[in-house]
Amino acid sequence: MRGGQGAVRAPVLQFTNCRILRGRALLWEDLWVRGGRILDPEKLFFEERRVADEQRDCGGCILAPGFIDVQINGGFGVDFSQATEGVGSGVALVARRILSHGVTSFCPTLVTSPPEVYHKVLPQIPVKSGGPHGAGVLGVHLEGPFISREKRGAHPEAHLRSFEANAFHDVLDTYGSLDNVRIVTLAPELGRSHEVIQALTARGICVSLGHSVADLQAAEEAVQSGATFITHLFNAMLPFHHRDPGIVGLLTSDRLPRGRHIFYGMIADGMHTNPAALRIAHRAHPQGLVLVTDAVPALGLGNGRHTLGQQEVEVDGLTAYVAGTQTLSGSIAPMDVCVRHFLQATGCSVESALEAASLHPAQLLGLEKRKGTLDFGADADFVVLDDSLHVRATYISGELVWQAEEARQ
Amino acid sequence: MNCLSWKLCVTIMRLVILDNYDLASEWAAKYICNRIIQFKPGQDRYFTLGLPTGSTPLGCYKKLIEYHKNGDLSFKYVKTFNMDEYVGLPRNHPESYHSYMWNNFFKHIDIDPNNAHILDGNAADLQAECDAFEKKIKEAGGIDLFVGGIGPDGHIAFNEPGSSLVSRTRLKTLAMDTILANAKYFDGDLSKVPTMALTVGVGTVMDAREVMILITGAHKAFALYKAIEEGVNHMWTVSAFQQHPRTIFVCDEDATLELRVKTVKYFKGEH
Repeated sequence: MRGGQGAVRAPVLQFTNCRILRGRALLWEDLWVRGGRILDPEKLFFEERRVADEQRDCGGCILAPGFIDVQINGGFGVDFSQATEGVGSGVALVARRILSHGVTSFCPTLVTSPPEVYHKVLPQIPVKSGGPHGAGVLGVHLEGPFISREKRGAHPEAHLRSFEANAFHDVLDTYGSLDNVRIVTLAPELGRSHEVIQALTARGICVSLGHSVADLQAAEEAVQSGATFITHLFNAMLPFHHRDPGIVGLLTSDRLPRGRHIFYGMIADGMHTNPAALRIAHRAHPQGLVLVTDAVPALGLGNGRHTLGQQEVEVDGLTAYVAGTQTLSGSIAPMDVCVRHFLQATGCSVESALEAASLHPAQLLGLEKRKGTLDFGADADFVVLDDSLHVRATYISGELVWQAEEARQ
Repeated sequence: MNCLSWKLCVTIMRLVILDNYDLASEWAAKYICNRIIQFKPGQDRYFTLGLPTGSTPLGCYKKLIEYHKNGDLSFKYVKTFNMDEYVGLPRNHPESYHSYMWNNFFKHIDIDPNNAHILDGNAADLQAECDAFEKKIKEAGGIDLFVGGIGPDGHIAFNEPGSSLVSRTRLKTLAMDTILANAKYFDGDLSKVPTMALTVGVGTVMDAREVMILITGAHKAFALYKAIEEGVNHMWTVSAFQQHPRTIFVCDEDATLELRVKTVKYFKGEH
């Protein structure tokens, strides 16, 4: 149980000998937890006059907010876009396995699929809190089918759609219920996109721009209508041009609504984005960078042929291609690998790298009071990392949910 | 510290001069540590300590924390009473003395939260809060060792120039000098600086069985001169401790810059 009167009698846990990410900096501070939430120890001392019930020595490790992955298509053989009866257990399997990557919350992602698939699969992926059973489900990310034919990437051409005819009604007809949906990626150059973006935003759904040939002006108008995210920057969009920067230009646009900035997903697996391009984006707009895995079902499996959406993919080492082509088909780098690669490629601070995988996705989804932070009152979802940012242990609601082999006694 | 000379000095004022701030902090911390250990505190026998805030005692607190982390010193059977707290500042404001004590001392040691007493500057009835504080000190059996500092204007706690030398814990309006000096902690905005505080009185500290005043830095030198070489008077309230049976002034060389060479030699000879 979180919060409420029962929490006051819950045991107080004090994590000592650690550096925590708080206030954008890594500080040598203890982390206090009670009732699944981060606790203010000063308040506990002066108001309740209590001390910790249990202390845990973290061996000098770093405690960071749990990572949040807003774009992951499956993993460990599970494909979220497959219309099977076992989608629920598939999501549960992935949720449990990504704990070892430091991910404590995620958005299962469905690629372009026919309406039957959405109608069958979406009701089976409800929003769910995390715990020992696995990372929490924040809602589904629907990537497609309202995307550009030219920039479809690995998405099947046969199932692309438009909403020119009936705008939002086309969207509802395609997806069925939007109850479990958190993010929708669409191409803003499609006719009547503004109505759709406004309708989705009004329902609290985050709209992302991607798989698109939009120019900068179309992209800016989409943001003015309510879009807040860019799906895997640089991939599946027009390349940056100095007279029309396209969607990439949103990073430095001066025509965005006042007080808002754009967030953008980056796949930092060493494959999807050249390190120099990663650095350009990061230096231009560090506050908006959101690390995503865009992982495919082959994540965590070995080399060979596997299924993604309605197509086959080929895994070779750290790369996955659409079978028989040279088109990249998503990444198979786990989130902690992405964080380490991002740190090394950009030379940014450890704090920045950690925020890109936790605070920024939380801000994107408007959850930054509860997730992506170790501020007092936030959910105690955090990851224990050594100095090279390898995951030693993962906690959800203050409970140990995964631990590295060598850390176990 | 020579045990024999300590016994001979037990009823006079001592002036201990160390070369620099770090050594002065360490000397003071060792003294406090030894007093607690020699006292042999236990379940029915708590050691009561009066505590200051400000920049001067920071080094001393760091050393005490070090002794605790080394396993040499426990605060399990120690009760503390802080000197003062601002009025009207939220308890969790970064500049409140509650925040100071938590961040610089309490969170690093094993003191029982019920034994850490700080005046509540947000109490509904401020004078009642002060009276209750005096009562708590009395119920704890009085203060064994009161550690304090000195302001540039010679004040102890918030007993500003003109405060009664027999004063008790009460509400005080802060002197303009103090408000100006504090502005740097409130973004340089005078309107944000608290103008009132609750403070132990000079009389309250004089009641302690032993008093240790920490004074470091050249900017405190004039105040030390007034406190030691001039008479007892209420414009320099620390001077009251000339009449306390057991007081130690712990200084660094810079704090002695306004003293007569003769005075310094006298006290160094004693030492």
